[in-house]
Amino acid sequence: MIGFAQNVRLWFAPQDLRQEGGTPDYRFSLANERTFLAWLRTALALIGGGFAVDQFLPDLRWGWRVALALALLAAGVLCSLRAVNHWVRCERAMRRGEDLPVSRFPALLSLAVAIVAVVMVFAVLVGWEG
Amino acid sequence: MSGTAPRDGADRDPGLQPERTRLAWRRTTLAGTVAALLAMKSTLRGGTSAASVTVCALCGALWLGFLLVAHRRIRVLSATNSPTPLAPRHATTGALLTVALAVCGAALVF
Repeated sequence: MIGFAQNVRLWFAPQDLRQEGGTPDYRFSLANERTFLAWLRTALALIGGGFAVDQFLPDLRWGWRVALALALLAAGVLCSLRAVNHWVRCERAMRRGEDLPVSRFPALLSLAVAIVAVVMVFAVLVGWEG
Repeated sequence: MSGTAPRDGADRDPGLQPERTRLAWRRTTLAGTVAALLAMKSTLRGGTSAASVTVCALCGALWLGFLLVAHRRIRVLSATNSPTPLAPRHATTGALLTVALAVCGAALVF
């Protein structure tokens, strides 16, 4: 948790990041940036999914609808915060010449999406009657 | 492709990294546009009360903010052959705008 707080400081402080190690090949930085953007798109897709659940499933029972929408929106928030955090960690690791950080977030997100999908099936089958 | 004859922009990155990054920003802007449009549609679904119009305008402003961040980065990327790395402030701004959109969504669900 302390490490996370230090990373949050780095989010806003480009000069601190630049003081670490040497500048890597710009292509590595650009690849890191594209990965960050891909995660941001994933977050936006999750958020869009939350809006879509809210709007296009009006026949669903209120509780199911709100719970699913909020779960998707929360996943989107987590995903975008984690995107910028992972980007900072990768950038710092490249500057220091260390190994890139490993993460269990992709596995967790896959599991969460799978669970939401299964819940979705049940919601559509069971909750349709209202 | 053979690489025998030198041509214009010989120092150009053969992997087209800046271009690919520029297009990644475009794709992300597009995804943001879809999310923001869905958000604005759902604000105006329940009529036009003052609160819903405010949230709708806020979503539009968030989308505009993201467009600005992307535009600035795209200009840097297309200006030189070896662009500077993304500034943490820009990355954070992009992520926080996304979070703000989700918070608007959470407010709308109820």
